[in-house]
Amino acid sequence: MLKKSLFGLAVVLAVVIGLGAAIVLPWVALAGLAVLLALWIGLTRLGRQTGSITVSGISTLPQRWGGASVVVVGIAGVVGVLVALLAMATGYEATFRATGSEQRAIVLRTGAMSETTSNLDQQSVLLIGDKPQVARDAQGRPLASPEVVVAASVTKRGSGRPGTVAIRGVGPEVWAVRPRVKIIAGRRFQPGLREIIVGKNAALEFKHTSIGSTIKINGQPWKIVGEFAHAGEHDSEFWGDVNLIGQAFHRGSSVQSVTVRLTHPQAFDAFKAALASDPRLKVQTQTTHAYYASQSKGMTHVITILATVVASIMAIGAVAGALNSMYAAVAARTREVATLRAIGFRGGVVIFSILAETVLLALAGGLIGALIAWVLFHHFTASTLGPNFSAVIFQFRITPRLIGEGLKWSIAIGFLGGLFPALRAARMPVTDGLREL
Amino acid sequence: MKYLHLVWAALTRRKVRTGLTLLSVVVAFVLFGLLESVNSVFTTAGQTVGAAHRLITISKMGLFNPMPVSLEAQIRAVRGVGAVSRYSFFGGTYQSPKNVIGTLFAVQRNFFDLYPEFKIAPSALRAFDATQTGAIVGAALARKYHWKVGDQIPIKSMIYPRKGGSYIWTFDLVGIYHARTPLEEQDFLFRWHYFDEARAFGKGTVGLFVEKIAHPRQASRIAAAIDALSVNSGHETKTQSDSAFAVDFLSQYVDLGLIVHAIMGAVFFTLMLLTGNTMAQAVRERTPELAVLKTLGFSNRSVLSLVLAESVLLVILGGALGLLLAAAVVHVLQGQMGAQLPMMPVGGGIWLRGIVVMALIGLAVGALPARRGMRLRIVDALSGR
Repeated sequence: MLKKSLFGLAVVLAVVIGLGAAIVLPWVALAGLAVLLALWIGLTRLGRQTGSITVSGISTLPQRWGGASVVVVGIAGVVGVLVALLAMATGYEATFRATGSEQRAIVLRTGAMSETTSNLDQQSVLLIGDKPQVARDAQGRPLASPEVVVAASVTKRGSGRPGTVAIRGVGPEVWAVRPRVKIIAGRRFQPGLREIIVGKNAALEFKHTSIGSTIKINGQPWKIVGEFAHAGEHDSEFWGDVNLIGQAFHRGSSVQSVTVRLTHPQAFDAFKAALASDPRLKVQTQTTHAYYASQSKGMTHVITILATVVASIMAIGAVAGALNSMYAAVAARTREVATLRAIGFRGGVVIFSILAETVLLALAGGLIGALIAWVLFHHFTASTLGPNFSAVIFQFRITPRLIGEGLKWSIAIGFLGGLFPALRAARMPVTDGLREL
Repeated sequence: MKYLHLVWAALTRRKVRTGLTLLSVVVAFVLFGLLESVNSVFTTAGQTVGAAHRLITISKMGLFNPMPVSLEAQIRAVRGVGAVSRYSFFGGTYQSPKNVIGTLFAVQRNFFDLYPEFKIAPSALRAFDATQTGAIVGAALARKYHWKVGDQIPIKSMIYPRKGGSYIWTFDLVGIYHARTPLEEQDFLFRWHYFDEARAFGKGTVGLFVEKIAHPRQASRIAAAIDALSVNSGHETKTQSDSAFAVDFLSQYVDLGLIVHAIMGAVFFTLMLLTGNTMAQAVRERTPELAVLKTLGFSNRSVLSLVLAESVLLVILGGALGLLLAAAVVHVLQGQMGAQLPMMPVGGGIWLRGIVVMALIGLAVGALPARRGMRLRIVDALSGR
């Protein structure tokens, strides 16, 4: 009785330690463990025994491919879905992270949570530009871009459905404020003219965006004169002259935000203090790095939770499938296992070999799943409504870290699915096993 | 039917195996139920009885561009238009910046005539008329924040300051409305005229007009007539049916279709392989028993149907359990999260689709083993060949 409950306790501990290790340990530590294991199998007597039994077990796989494929495919499904959904979160986050910089700051009205809900008058714009921490160009003009973002309805290319594009009005200094923005076709818009340049993702997503075409915005014709790339969130936007865009959308002369280039990244704290101590200003500021990170946080968080929930539910199914197959495999090999035990192999060796077999199958499944996700979804373009209630177009991104994450899940599932069948095999009385059919 | 106990005996023969297979079927259909619940938000958006009689007019430049209130009188004059109501969007937060209420609207009292699916007591409507700062909220939203009639609710607007610069608006809760689903009970409604008087900027502008029409068949003619009112002005409009409007709005968030279908494909492919494998194992193991049945006089066809019945029963049992679980999960989540959760209760449509899928999967995974059972030759099977 005592022995039985001790055994139960040991099993629970093994599960907790095994799963905990798979989830918590960084990738490097897991690789280290694998190397240690390989050394043990190669160098010690017990290890060599285990290795040879594992190999002989694996060599019987082709005879029970049905069960083996259940383990592999089940886990491939979990890992594929997990990696694809996480790739969506990673891609979305990366798009926003690439937009920000430590050397740019965005100034909003105090209390505003995003550009859409902010409002700054002309005088504030001038005061902000006058702060000494703002970099200046050769003519001594402050590198500050007063901006408005408005959402406008346009037609999507593929479905023909209405989509919403962010039209950003930017100041004349914007090229120096955001030096990473490159014109990849056509030319810059001219201040004072109704001209628009389109981000490269917006050009892919929306109709009537080729250079030379004209789009109607609030009844007025605007000409598209260029296409720009920035490798960030702005790639989903249209850009034009801030004054004209403000007029077209009945905003008067007020703007929503001012983005400034700081003299150097360390100047931010002084800039923030200078704004806070100016009684004429009611504004708050963040580096664009922090601002865009906070803007993407909610969505990234939701997708990550969704990925984990869906993958966890699927993992339960995959564990059940693996248990079923491995129980069947153990049952089929009852006599073989009993014979091994009868000629002196230890129970631990049997347990280990069955576990190793399942985990190897699981790893294969994980790799297949990650590969399928990579083929189908790497650089897959999706669009969603971003913080300004307009389209954010981004590419799914499958990184080595995500694949590592998927493989960890596969190891954990394989471990759970193999442990109990392995224990059953090792604990079966030898005499019963030998008598089996 | 009279062989049900035979099928049942076959299923309970290996309890662990049946249990584990059942578990994976349950899991697959929990996912099916949850994803369909999200999907039906998109497919059934705006398809209520009332919605067929509603048109929505927004600025052609998109949802968040205001239109002049003067347009309303012109719209009312269009032939075929019954009542007209106006909305303004008023995003806000309650107590902490984390409690965002996205569905805050300034409305007129005839809102409830246009939305007959929102049930409200006449006394609450009278109180709404009588109270300058009155507000009516959906039952689900009220539950979430423990509001009751008589409460004063401070809301911090994300967009509109009041005259004087404060962003805090305090409303008096005068009524709670009920609707079919918690998803429709998320609105926070207050008086448009109070809002228009008190806001610091944007006076006289409206976010959206709703029109009631008597005959849904005239919808496209009326919509075109409304849009013609403002053509070539600085405030062009776009009018469409309530359902088209809802689908357009939601579909911009995510093109869910592909992602949902990819997940479901992966899930069901795995499920079929797994259950198919179980059934194959079960039939292989029972070969002698099937032979005995045949010896006793069971026809080939009844052996076929016995095995098929077994797999269909297995999948339907698991599937029904899974959908029940999904329904429970959606119910609990909706109680806790409310409007942020785009999910419909697991209802008749989802059950119907689910049962069709269950039957198909059951038949598909049973087919091969059942054929094997049917083709069994008694002599071979009994001699263990």
